[in-house]
Amino acid sequence: MNIPLSWLKDYVDVNLPLEEIARVLTMSGLEVDEVQLIGLEGPDNDKHGFKFEGLSWPKDKFVVAEIREVNQHPDADKLTLCQLDDGTGEHTILCGAPNIRHYIGQGRLEKPFKVAYVREGAVVYDGHKPGWELTKIKKTKIRGFETKSMVCSAKELGICEEHDGIIILPDDAPTGMPLADYMGDAVYVVDILPNMARNACIRGVAREVAAQLDLPLKQPSYEFKAEGPSVKGQVAIEITEPELNPRFMVGLVEGVKAQPSPFEVRMRLYKAGMRPINSVVDATNYVMLDLGQPLHAFDFDTLRKRAGDKTPTIITRRAHQGEHLTTLDNVDRELDENMILVTDQTGALSIAGVMGGLESEVEAGSSNILLESAAWNFINVRKATGKLHLNSEAGYRNSRGIHPAIAEEACKMGLALIQKWSGGTIAADFVDNYAQPHVDPTVDITSEDVSRSLGISLSLDEIAALLKRLEFTCVQEDETLKVTCPPHRLDIGEGVIGRADIMEEIARLYGYDNIPNSRMADELPPAYTDEAMKLEDELRDVLTSLGMQEIVTYRLTSPEREARLIGKAEDSYVTLANPISPDRNVMRRHLPVQVMEIVEKNVRLADRLMLYEIGPVFEPVEGQQRPNEPKHLAAAITGKQFSDAWDTHIKGNLDFFSMKGIVEAMVEGMHIPSMTFKVGERSWLHPGKTAEIYAGDTLVGVMGELHPAVKGNFDLLSAPVILLDIDLAKLLPLSEQNYPSHAISPYPGIYEDLAIVVDESTTAEEVLAVIKQGGGKMLAKVDLFDIFRGDSVGAGKKSLAYSLMYQSPEKTLTDKDATAIRTKIIKRLDQVLGAKLRS
Amino acid sequence: MADLNLFEALAVFEIESLKALDDALDEGSLQQWKTQRLGKTSVVQQVFSKMKEASKEDRPKLGQAANKVRQHLEEAMEARHAALHEKALAASLEREKLDITLPGRRPNPGRMHPATQNMREILDVLAHMGFQTFRTPEVETDEYNFELLNIPHYHPARDMQDTFYTTDPNVVLRTHTSPGQIHSMRKFAPNPIRVALPGMCFRYEQISARHEIQFNQIELLVVGHNITFGDVKGTLDDFAKRMFGENVRTRFRPSYFPFTEPSAEMDVECFLCGGKGCNMCKDSGWLEILGCGMIHPVVLQNGGYDPNEFSGWAAGMGPERITILRHHVDDIRNFWGNDIRFLEQF
Repeated sequence: MNIPLSWLKDYVDVNLPLEEIARVLTMSGLEVDEVQLIGLEGPDNDKHGFKFEGLSWPKDKFVVAEIREVNQHPDADKLTLCQLDDGTGEHTILCGAPNIRHYIGQGRLEKPFKVAYVREGAVVYDGHKPGWELTKIKKTKIRGFETKSMVCSAKELGICEEHDGIIILPDDAPTGMPLADYMGDAVYVVDILPNMARNACIRGVAREVAAQLDLPLKQPSYEFKAEGPSVKGQVAIEITEPELNPRFMVGLVEGVKAQPSPFEVRMRLYKAGMRPINSVVDATNYVMLDLGQPLHAFDFDTLRKRAGDKTPTIITRRAHQGEHLTTLDNVDRELDENMILVTDQTGALSIAGVMGGLESEVEAGSSNILLESAAWNFINVRKATGKLHLNSEAGYRNSRGIHPAIAEEACKMGLALIQKWSGGTIAADFVDNYAQPHVDPTVDITSEDVSRSLGISLSLDEIAALLKRLEFTCVQEDETLKVTCPPHRLDIGEGVIGRADIMEEIARLYGYDNIPNSRMADELPPAYTDEAMKLEDELRDVLTSLGMQEIVTYRLTSPEREARLIGKAEDSYVTLANPISPDRNVMRRHLPVQVMEIVEKNVRLADRLMLYEIGPVFEPVEGQQRPNEPKHLAAAITGKQFSDAWDTHIKGNLDFFSMKGIVEAMVEGMHIPSMTFKVGERSWLHPGKTAEIYAGDTLVGVMGELHPAVKGNFDLLSAPVILLDIDLAKLLPLSEQNYPSHAISPYPGIYEDLAIVVDESTTAEEVLAVIKQGGGKMLAKVDLFDIFRGDSVGAGKKSLAYSLMYQSPEKTLTDKDATAIRTKIIKRLDQVLGAKLRS
Repeated sequence: MADLNLFEALAVFEIESLKALDDALDEGSLQQWKTQRLGKTSVVQQVFSKMKEASKEDRPKLGQAANKVRQHLEEAMEARHAALHEKALAASLEREKLDITLPGRRPNPGRMHPATQNMREILDVLAHMGFQTFRTPEVETDEYNFELLNIPHYHPARDMQDTFYTTDPNVVLRTHTSPGQIHSMRKFAPNPIRVALPGMCFRYEQISARHEIQFNQIELLVVGHNITFGDVKGTLDDFAKRMFGENVRTRFRPSYFPFTEPSAEMDVECFLCGGKGCNMCKDSGWLEILGCGMIHPVVLQNGGYDPNEFSGWAAGMGPERITILRHHVDDIRNFWGNDIRFLEQF
């Protein structure tokens, strides 16, 4: 909402520096986005915390001047040479404005006209360029005429975008007066939050400023003489559902003549962000901006004509499903039953609170105006503006709620302004159907409530003094203050809600800055720990220590994106009704898909990638509103095992066993016992390089190399990509927090190597198990260090070489002890696996 | 006379030997010199073996003289040896000299995503202040995301949040972590509460440098018997000081959230420029960091607490915004874009 300072000053005498006014507005809850200067000087110190935009008009460069004579330029059709007095004497100036050409040939003007004149060196907006570009007035020669000054358009002055001609000032503008003194202004652009709907108008903002500064709010008077016959009997009003339309009142002005509104009115409308139309329409808009109540002007002759020989009767009702109305923007609108209509006997006239119909709209030539001022149920208006995508100033206000009491003042003000600016005779009386009078709530407040909520101690008198500034009525009864809401706002509730609402008002008026900071002195809550989160964090630490880079990706994906890796989309997803794009329309089911996409994105940016994500996937469950959101760990590795350095170039890519090593180290780091890998199968993984990961009998995840056929779906390099997917709900609970440590033996160990030959089909896991069995407790360490295949071991065979270490916690082992263990191992290997020692 | 000759021979030998030592330029020639000058066939050794031939009175003198010569030569050799060794070491050190400006061989360190790092830091500060972490679902019911938080259908406050709706009209992607207020209250009532509610939230936005469809939030919730608006200010001021520096100032100004009343925005004095004004604070000297307020009585009631007996406060902040401010991140899309060149900077 734009608040011109000059308009604000109609209602409150605020004489503070511009930045201080911005601070007062912000601290009242009307956050100032920016201050647009229209002539006034901005603050000289820039540490005020506000953004100042716009143009200042230095007093020596921008002045009011009068033009006394307009002559055609001898060599240029479109230019005129004007005799202009800027208070220092008469000069000849060049002007190209079309709106003064009609003075050409009149010689010395009988009545000179006033303009905004800028001298050499002034900075103005360039009127010929789109947007707001600054330009400096310099001495130049145009068509043989030297010029160093200019008469300005509204755009050049930074008032609005109008650049059709120069701005003609009122006749009483004093020649020679600095323009900033005559009409300099500043516009505060404020955010109106939903609970401040009442302040979407100058009067509301003025009330807040007056309350913050404890200044009186000036009451304007819009008196008029109602000299025409009473409007009563000339029109009737029927409200079918008072819930939807609590009040509908009309007044009548006859014999008006629409014309351009007065200069200051037009300027104010521009500054507030609206375009002046004519003096009738402008009056309705002016009232809306001033009071917050939208008005609607009907051409009364049209209503009479539609009613034929009957008395025009306005009926408000719900629209019928599928009913149509052509609105004044000439669009045929299909309506539904949530919308409220203003109709007459023959049909719809306007969509209540949103937009008028084309037929009954006032036109420049309308002379008899029936002025509507009504209150509507804001929820229905919201539904209408939402459904019709109609964002009008009226719709904005009506969809946030307006107190029905304001209708009356608005109607009176509207009639007065129409008459003042457009002439005509105002009919006596109003037709006012106040079908559902609003009851302003009364809330009980005690000093105890205030100290309990705000932590400050105020007497009831002090509380009442604060609230009266915002026009609350306060009556003290014993230890209670009965606070009644003033008849211009709808944001105060009843009971405990009303109490909280009033607390906010007290806090705002007392000043948030003045409420002392305190530290909580209340009972502490019982202990609560999110075990899963703690473990996820531990897991992140472990993975970080293993050199993995965490990523965090979008939760949103599409079935097609998932199918690119997994092969086919899932049957069910959490699906968006309003996705931003078709490729992010469901919540993800498979975390490895996300990680793969990030691998693809980065694969050319690094010689190796080791990425993981910990996050939820979303599994819809039949008969359950919310999906399950199990957390998964997904990882992908690809590229070189070792990064190149300038002197080191180690060949070899990350592969299945790199990932397996990471998983093993991770499991160890998380102190999870008994993890096993079994040959597995997934459509998206290489059939010979896939392992399912088990904890006991529970499948916790899968890992493997990306299937070569699937790899082609992605833009990757030649190195294999190894993927991992683990269900953390299954893995993390296995983490032992109180895992035991093992004593370190003080006795030396005996090291020896053992190479055996086994069948190709025998797995390393089987061999290891047998060695461990055979070695018993004294076998402290087994490491596989080589695998060999070749003629010397025979076809279908392989040789596995182990380094063993025997150690006792109790004594130094002898060679004899070692031999005994070794013999046992060899014997066992032979018995169970038919393994022979490699000769 | 023969004795005299031996004395002379010794003297000549000493002079010649010392002179010859100058020509020993390495270990090998020094060894050779040692053999020649101190070995069995050397003059000095021969003097010892010819000792018997000398007169009885000369014998001790000759012995002394020979010993002296031998000792001199040995000392000289030692000195020469040390000098040669030092020279060789110096040469070898010179040879081994590195261009220490060559780049180091870096290990490949693991890292956490900047969003995680920042979440952790904030939650850690909050944990020190007694706030226990409590997580709730990301896909929510309309009831929890809006209605129980005092945001009925068609309430103007719904305009403040552009929502992703699902094909089930009662289910939305949570637009804030505030549903966690209801979840935690219903879990803990009637006990007092101090929780931090972290997690991913979603808004219907066109993705741009400044807008994202998903973002983390951390919300704080306190419920107790004697909680006041002064506590909101005091606790959050403490939080700002722990988070951004103990001298940082805060400012509270009125705002609006449907689920709190009174509501406020907390600005923190710009920790990048110390309040002098910079790009990040748009020259204002203040950064908008979080929204807060006393829990609305309707929300307390919906959570299972009687507003006549209990009061509380809530606050919410966007951790990514803090990262953006601290590290001058120019484009919010970097967070979920996961370009390795971005991630590696944190």
